[in-house]
Amino acid sequence: MSMFHASQVDDASSLLMAPPTASLMRWVVIATLPGVLAMTYHFGLGVLSNIALASIMGVLLEAAMLHVRSRPIAPALTDTSALLTGVLLGASLPPASPWWLIGVGMLAAVVIAKQLYGGLGHNPFNPAMVGYALLLVSFPTYMTLWAPPQPLINDTLWAQVLGTLPTPQLDALSGATPLDAFKHKAEELSAQQFWLSSPLPEKTLTAWYTISLAWLAGGVLLLIKRIISWHIPAALLGSLVALAALFYLSDSDRFASPIFHLLTGATLFGAFFIATDPVSAATSQRGKLLYGAGIGVLIMVIRNLGGYPDAVAFAVLLMNLCVPLIDLYTVPRPTGHAKDAPGVPR
Amino acid sequence: MNQWQTLTHEGLWANNPALVQLLGLCPLLAVSTTVVNSLGLAIATLFVMVGASTAVSLVRHQVPSTVRLPAFVMIIAAFVTCAELLMAAYAYPLYQLLGIFIPLIVTNCAILGRADAFASRQPVGLAALDGLMMGVGFGSVLVVLGGLRELLGQGTLFSDMALLFGPFAANWQLTLVDDYQFLFFVLPPGAFFVAGLLIALKNVLDQRSAARALPAAASPRSERRVRVTGIIK
Repeated sequence: MSMFHASQVDDASSLLMAPPTASLMRWVVIATLPGVLAMTYHFGLGVLSNIALASIMGVLLEAAMLHVRSRPIAPALTDTSALLTGVLLGASLPPASPWWLIGVGMLAAVVIAKQLYGGLGHNPFNPAMVGYALLLVSFPTYMTLWAPPQPLINDTLWAQVLGTLPTPQLDALSGATPLDAFKHKAEELSAQQFWLSSPLPEKTLTAWYTISLAWLAGGVLLLIKRIISWHIPAALLGSLVALAALFYLSDSDRFASPIFHLLTGATLFGAFFIATDPVSAATSQRGKLLYGAGIGVLIMVIRNLGGYPDAVAFAVLLMNLCVPLIDLYTVPRPTGHAKDAPGVPR
Repeated sequence: MNQWQTLTHEGLWANNPALVQLLGLCPLLAVSTTVVNSLGLAIATLFVMVGASTAVSLVRHQVPSTVRLPAFVMIIAAFVTCAELLMAAYAYPLYQLLGIFIPLIVTNCAILGRADAFASRQPVGLAALDGLMMGVGFGSVLVVLGGLRELLGQGTLFSDMALLFGPFAANWQLTLVDDYQFLFFVLPPGAFFVAGLLIALKNVLDQRSAARALPAAASPRSERRVRVTGIIK
């Protein structure tokens, strides 16, 4: 959809100064560093093994697909978009995921969601989230196995990554994310009783809070460097917090607080790094606001009323589907044209 | 090619209801989780298609065109009821497994489409052959789709064939991968995905044979158009 019309038509100078794709993508990779480092600090080297495996596979699959499609390989690889897809998917998966799980996810992301639709710039769906959604639907046991915070080096890391760890040991490692734990709390427990019962292993909440704030820091870097505009994250977070507050005020025992929804789970990561993908997001500024707000609403609806504890991937994919419609109705009116002039978009 | 060969080629390949007309997708996608499910629905659909096409052709001069669609639907519904009762009598477990999708054969637009577009204008023999070939074309895609989804989703082939063929078929199951499950292919999105790949495969085969049939005179260079994907030569 990025080719539908120029991104900021009412601000032509920014178009002339727009940096090329490669440096854009490189900056996004750099901006993921705070989040990735915070995750590694709290959840161990399994985070880095995820990202390394996913990025390597992403680049190899991209090269293989470009070769099959007889397109030039070098320029497409140096734009680092496949690498970025790998980093984003790797950061979304539970730490120390087995190699085959990452492989299936990257296959869906790069081969199916990106290259089969025509390569960079033509994919209607966010590749990393297609991979994530496919894995979440297909392998729920592996995808919900999120180990509690742990030291950097873990004895079972290799066995986990190679997929050779026996199931009982694997089950012993698993934990719940805060969103998951709250969603499955006993019905009769009030929110206060739930938190007093120390439902999560030590330091879990702090770990998630710091990771979210680290993603926010990366997002701010992207805003300062003007890689992304403020519209999508602001609309997404605004609608998410507003709706979370409404739910919370209606029944604070059943629904978690807006702060909880903002700082645990993938909210901030999704708002700055997933929803802002320039290819699959809406293009005009009004369109971006609508698109972001839609994602925020869908995240809250699925989290609070649906079957899944987190919903960033599904919300982004559903709004990706709406992008052609949003783009159709939010074409900016050129300066100087009257509102109702014939041929001028409303 | 005479008319009979044309009809056979159209039904099985060139105008296949599932791969080209894209009709009857609802049962195609919903039921094709295993070979046995697919085969059960394929046989029921084939029975209804042949029966309905023949019957529609028989009464084609008696039915005024203003009420032809309701009349055809009634005829199809009668055959579906027969198929349903037969399945309940001879393959009850499968009948229970397929559930609502057996009565829903009535709404399979491939059947009504052929009844209206072909059987209502042709003599009985041709109409019956068309029904048979369209039914076999639809059914074979259904079975291939079921086989692929069973293989990719559960790592088995021909599991539970006893549901259709009785205890005789109890040990037909081939387990190709032990302890394997890939839920995506078992769930409906997998059906869309595999069906899409099958359609793509058919298009590739058609393009290849068209390119082979075409003499070298019409080289791709003669036709140039603006495109955003692929190589521009």
